Amino acid sequence: MRSTSRLSLWLLLTPFALWILLLVLLPHVQMLRVSFQVRESWDTLAFGVDQYRNFFTESYYWRTFLRTGVMSLFTTLITLLIAFPVAWYIARLARGRAKGWLFLACLVPFWASELVRTYGWMILLRESGLFSAGLQALGWVDGPVEMLYNDAAVIIGLVYNGLLFMVVPLVTTLEGMDDNLVEAGYDLGGGHATVMREIVVPWAMPGIVSGCIVVFMLTLGSYLTPILMGGKDSAWFTGQIFTQFITRFNWEQGAALGVLLLVLSSLIVWLGLKLTGQSLRKVMG
Amino acid sequence: MAVDIDLHCQNLVRRFGSHTAVNRVSLEIPAGSFFSILGPSGCGKTTLLRLLAGFDRPDSGDIMIRGRRMNDVPPNHRPVNMVFQHLALFPTMSVGDNIAYGLKRRKVAAAERRRRIAEVLEQVGLAGMETRFPQQLSGGQRQRVALARCLVLKPTLLLLDEPLGALDLKLRDQMKVELKNLQKAFGTTFVYITHDQSEALVMSDRVAVMRDGCFDQVASPEALYREPATPFVASFVGDNNRFGGTLLAKEGELAQVALANGHTVSGRLAGSSQHSPLTTGDRVDLFIRPESLMLGTPAKGHCTLTAQVRTTLFDGANSRVEVEAAGERGYVRLPQDGSVSAPQEGSSVTLAWDPQLARVFASEAS
Ligand SMILES: Nc1ncnc2c1ncn2[C@@H]1O[C@H](COP(=O)(O)OP(=O)(O)OP(=O)(O)O)[C@@H](O)[C@H]1O
Ligand SMILES: [Mg+2]
Repeated sequence: MRSTSRLSLWLLLTPFALWILLLVLLPHVQMLRVSFQVRESWDTLAFGVDQYRNFFTESYYWRTFLRTGVMSLFTTLITLLIAFPVAWYIARLARGRAKGWLFLACLVPFWASELVRTYGWMILLRESGLFSAGLQALGWVDGPVEMLYNDAAVIIGLVYNGLLFMVVPLVTTLEGMDDNLVEAGYDLGGGHATVMREIVVPWAMPGIVSGCIVVFMLTLGSYLTPILMGGKDSAWFTGQIFTQFITRFNWEQGAALGVLLLVLSSLIVWLGLKLTGQSLRKVMG
Repeated sequence: MAVDIDLHCQNLVRRFGSHTAVNRVSLEIPAGSFFSILGPSGCGKTTLLRLLAGFDRPDSGDIMIRGRRMNDVPPNHRPVNMVFQHLALFPTMSVGDNIAYGLKRRKVAAAERRRRIAEVLEQVGLAGMETRFPQQLSGGQRQRVALARCLVLKPTLLLLDEPLGALDLKLRDQMKVELKNLQKAFGTTFVYITHDQSEALVMSDRVAVMRDGCFDQVASPEALYREPATPFVASFVGDNNRFGGTLLAKEGELAQVALANGHTVSGRLAGSSQHSPLTTGDRVDLFIRPESLMLGTPAKGHCTLTAQVRTTLFDGANSRVEVEAAGERGYVRLPQDGSVSAPQEGSSVTLAWDPQLARVFASEAS
């Protein structure tokens, strides 16, 4: 009895374990190893921290690194601010059919690939795009305006990509909230702001944190959107890694940057959990 | 002595589409009293309470609290607090913070707040539980926190929506008494809604029996039990036996009723007999309580009815005999003092009662 259930457990776990081992653990261990390799000449190999030293001495590296981190945090915040009212409406105000349709509307953009979605934004924002033409038609501007290739455009694209991943956990937590909780908040003398701050936000915290973690990771690791919408000067950290691996063929440096990115995202997620007093288990469970 | 009226409602109406959930309800509750609204599930109790709390607005009618019109006052500005059916304690806050929430909204200083929280917790028997979380409390303790959270604000009116519904029977009986004592100790006016008649009878000064959005009767628990105004109240409040028949004759306040099997029995006409619109030949229902029925030799002036014993239901002091008479099922209280021995199953018995204790109502078309 005991041994058969143990066996079936193992059978169930094996694909998962293989996946973790082969696709997550192994490449990362390999990358970690490569990042500490130093190329001295074509046939010798030594270990050292040269790549990491490069990162700290080359200001372009760590500046891009910081910029990517800060912009990702900012994107996450904006996504949260936009997603919250949307999720509130879907979870608490919409009824029956309308709810399903609204949810679907959030999902529809994800039927197109990230590339197509990003091109969609480019069509709207570019110099010869719809917005520029519209502004000219209204007579608000004299010539065509370029709205692409700046930080705002990058953030718009990233927020758009992350929105669904913020809305879903928020809707889930908000749906689980008893109406009476909000009513009790008013009944005991609270106004709208108080009820939101003291009751709704603490209740939704697991959803907020898990949405933020997912959106932050997604943004930090995204490549297409910053490159396409930010242009040459987007200076996104994943772009750096790409350059090292592909253009410069400097795998050692690329691996070091990859490891640093991993450390950065883990650190920020850990900090976020600490600051909000949530545990990973509560947020993801 | 003029009594202060805490709550006065006039012709409250609330409709949902074509359904009228609260239909022309008027009520008046004196300060410091325990008022219950009793009714079956779905009769509109919660809807009425939500109108009083301000979560919902009446389609017509007025709500006055201490003489002030409340219709347009939002819930957070009404001198009213509510204990919800499922309590709605804030799960992210400790007991102390739950109680502090309302005080903070009133800008009570921190030291004063701590004092009042400790005081109210002491009063509800939870001294020193400030730092616990609602999930760490038992059902009865949560109940008390929900009460304390409202009572600490000293509301004019405390609304309670079946707060004992989630508790087990034993605890519920205990909380009933405790709730009544708390109400007396605080002197707050309670409006308590329930579908459990025993809760309403035990705790209340006055009870309103509600059906399909209307009040059938508003009276003291004893008056409800002894002088029900409608057949609905007669059957809903306390156990009752109902026998259908036709009215044979009226003699003063007594009525002769011919039952389905041809037997003639009698009972008192409900309401004032002069105004009774009943005429001979009308379909009527006779209600007689199980404890008013007697087995064995009838006393003088009692009317009788032959019945078949189906089974005996032993339940200590509340033991009953299930009988069948005139095509209806009925129950007879079986005193456990040895004065009457349990009758044989299937045997014939004679039920006897004092006609003054039976009530005759016009039959409700059903
Ligand atoms: N928001 C609403 N929309 C439509 N109908 C409603 C709404 N709220 C209540 N009703 C209807 O009004 C009637 C009364 O409901 P209410 O909740 O007041 O009953 P209740 O007496 O509290 O019952 P219970 O004892 O089961 O809690 C019910 O028939 C219900 O279906
Ligand atoms: Mg209800």
